[in-house]
Amino acid sequence: MKKPFAITLEVESSLANHTGSWRVERPQYVNLMPPCNNACPAGENIQNWLYVAEDGSYEAAWRALIVENPFPAIMGRVCYHPCQTACNRAQLDEAVGINSVERFLGDHAIEKGWSIPVTAQPTGFHVLIIGSGPAGLSAAYHLRRLGHEVTVREAANALGGMMRWGIPKYRLPREVLDAEIKRIADMGVKFELNTRVDNLESALKEGFNAIFLAVGAHIGKRAYIPAGEAAHILDAINVLHDVEDGQAPMLGRKVVVYGGGNTAIDVARTAKRLGAEESIIVYRRTREKAPANDTEIKEALEEGVLIKWLSTIKHADAGVLKVEKMALDEKGFPQPTGEYEDLEADSLVLALGQESDLSLLKDVPDLEVEDGVVKVNSMMMTGHAGIFAGGDMVPAERTVTTGVGHGKKAARNIDAWLRSIEYVGHDKHDIVEFKDLNPWYYSDAPRTVRPRLEGARRASTFDEVVQGLDESTALFEARRCMSCGNCFECDNCFGVCPDNAVIKLGTGLGFEINLDYCKGCGICVNECPSGSIVMIPEKS
Amino acid sequence: MATAPVKFYQVGSFAVGNRLLPPEQRSIQSDAERTNALTSGHRACQGCGEALGARYALDAAMRATDGKMIAVNATGCLEVFSTPYPESSWRIAWLHSLFGNAPAVATGVAAALKAQGRTDIRVVAQGGDGATVDIGFGALSGMFERNDDVLYICYDNEAYMNTGVQRSGATPPAARTATTQAVGPNPGNVFGQGKNLPRIAMAHEIPYVATATVADLRDLEAKVARAMEFRGARYLHLLVPCPLGWGSASCDTVRIARLATQSGLFPVFEAERGELVSSTPIRQRVGVEDYLKLQSRYGHLFSPKRREDVIDHLQANANRNIWRYNLVNADTKNADLLEPGTLS
Repeated sequence: MKKPFAITLEVESSLANHTGSWRVERPQYVNLMPPCNNACPAGENIQNWLYVAEDGSYEAAWRALIVENPFPAIMGRVCYHPCQTACNRAQLDEAVGINSVERFLGDHAIEKGWSIPVTAQPTGFHVLIIGSGPAGLSAAYHLRRLGHEVTVREAANALGGMMRWGIPKYRLPREVLDAEIKRIADMGVKFELNTRVDNLESALKEGFNAIFLAVGAHIGKRAYIPAGEAAHILDAINVLHDVEDGQAPMLGRKVVVYGGGNTAIDVARTAKRLGAEESIIVYRRTREKAPANDTEIKEALEEGVLIKWLSTIKHADAGVLKVEKMALDEKGFPQPTGEYEDLEADSLVLALGQESDLSLLKDVPDLEVEDGVVKVNSMMMTGHAGIFAGGDMVPAERTVTTGVGHGKKAARNIDAWLRSIEYVGHDKHDIVEFKDLNPWYYSDAPRTVRPRLEGARRASTFDEVVQGLDESTALFEARRCMSCGNCFECDNCFGVCPDNAVIKLGTGLGFEINLDYCKGCGICVNECPSGSIVMIPEKS
Repeated sequence: MATAPVKFYQVGSFAVGNRLLPPEQRSIQSDAERTNALTSGHRACQGCGEALGARYALDAAMRATDGKMIAVNATGCLEVFSTPYPESSWRIAWLHSLFGNAPAVATGVAAALKAQGRTDIRVVAQGGDGATVDIGFGALSGMFERNDDVLYICYDNEAYMNTGVQRSGATPPAARTATTQAVGPNPGNVFGQGKNLPRIAMAHEIPYVATATVADLRDLEAKVARAMEFRGARYLHLLVPCPLGWGSASCDTVRIARLATQSGLFPVFEAERGELVSSTPIRQRVGVEDYLKLQSRYGHLFSPKRREDVIDHLQANANRNIWRYNLVNADTKNADLLEPGTLS
């Protein structure tokens, strides 16, 4: 080709110049573990379902949620949301109201009547589940989704376990509980009510391929309290059970509850609703040490429940209790002081924790029981092959969400065991901390607070205390999620690259680095709001 | 269920894009079909703020003019790294003449287009701070004074970076350059010298003057679009951090520009016919130290001995900008600065 004077090279684009060769580090897109997901006892992928909900795709969000947990409407009411405690947004303004969005999705699903199809091929295996509390129902749900036949045997005359007999309906309305259980029944899980299993050995002989034990812990622990003959002493779990049965016990005008757990709070709040003028909780240690959830303590105090911290009950008599004051020693343990006072009380309700009724396990070989709970391995299997256990009867935190998580974990391991394979979970990614984010890009927005009934008004009714969010506020709340450690396609990397070395793959597909031109400056990593790009060294 | 409009989109308009916004409300840079006026393979350093700023500004100008645009470039980094013979990174009509004459060449291009009756084609001139504030200043002032129909964009990286970081009229006080070494009792560039070109441009009472940075893309794009609504001389002053000349990490380019605005050292505003019409308020106010510490050109203010007097002087300059351009809302004007290091 004839070139003009003094021109020796072809004119070409700078694309011929592969500046990627300058690079010593390269950016890489990652998916990290958001702290909410890491904290969830039921193993929900919270960041993911919030992401799906953010554009208003509520059904898709709900379906993503129920992959892990069949009870969003229940969770949205009774879960103590450790996800929100862990939420990174708390360090920016306030934690995302994950629990309220979960409840919105759960309620929306009930309202729309969404059902869950069983698409897995029938496996021919049949699993027996004993107990229909959160762990049992969760296991039944997950096993059914995996294609197994499932039969649930329940000693009581209704399903739900502690969700029905332990949690008062001002926290969990029964229509919600019934709706979410019905969905599981509609999937083809067989329920046998009023069917107490007394003997595991004979159940085993009926031809079940595996058994999941989830009988819970519903026997109130007893503590020896010297008492006069006329003292009126009741057990917290029985009180809650009788209220649910519509046979509320006579508690009198002045009720004292002994204990510092959630059951103590529930029964004290219930006593108020049954007409007690005074409902007083007596607890041995301090508020900081109390196992009860702080939200519940706060709501109880708002309703006029009184709490005497650092106090023990020495003697109970008709109409009066002798209470001893405690003091913390230098190690922080409560010690008796010898100072006593009298406390008027028409009844004393003991809420000192619960134990499991493990009588059905007698004569089962290889099963190990320690401290009143059944030992299980990392697969949730007991010492006896094919018998798994979960929920309150195994050593763990006793919450509904933990039970649901146990049910899921057990179901996945039972499934693997039946198929003679090993269940392998996902590798846990690194957890994203606030310092890994670039919070500049999140606009300021305080949390949407769910409307609550006024303390004084709600204390006289069993109406639900915490109300739900409407759609616009739920959407707002979902969009407050910072998507920690997971790309949400904000296009920042695509925009801030001085070398056009980020390729946009299209909606839902994310981005790719064009290594021909990426010089490895790292601006994309710094300006990624959610911390989902990291720099890694080039191989030399 | 009743639906109410939700005016909250997770990252608002701070991020480049936002999947929750309709495409027409997203930035031009978020569009996979953007012009890419300055394409890959250019030889700017890692993390170059000028390369980023030029693409941001010219892609926005191309959108505003529907692709009918000619760019005239002064000599400087931008010209050198984009056009090493025989390559070019430009995907627009682009021409280069001399260091100091870009405004005059742009004037000529605009006059030629007018003579041909092609005033639908718009002219952009661009250069670094050396070409703009010092070497081409006479030609630029003439272009302003005649109100020629050109948008002039200055990419201000506060020194002559291409030739080895020599001081320019836009170098800030106390900054170390090759010609203002960190030696003697008053190390770095002296206080009280240099030119504030946005204010000089305003003094010409041209139709539109604005400042912007690579840290606020949406603001930058809006200003380019606004500039293109006027005929006559317009001036856009972009702060573009230079990792090489400023001694900062290449990954911190956008962050440093952000800290320049949030400390008040670089006021972001716009003016029409000589009058200030708007300024971008500071969102998270920080002290100047957060900005200075990331740059080794200010290293002598912190070691071997901390120069509190100089840092205070720079803080006073920032505070003056905050008052002058009304960068902090009245109720937060007297609020304490954020703790150092709170803003990433």
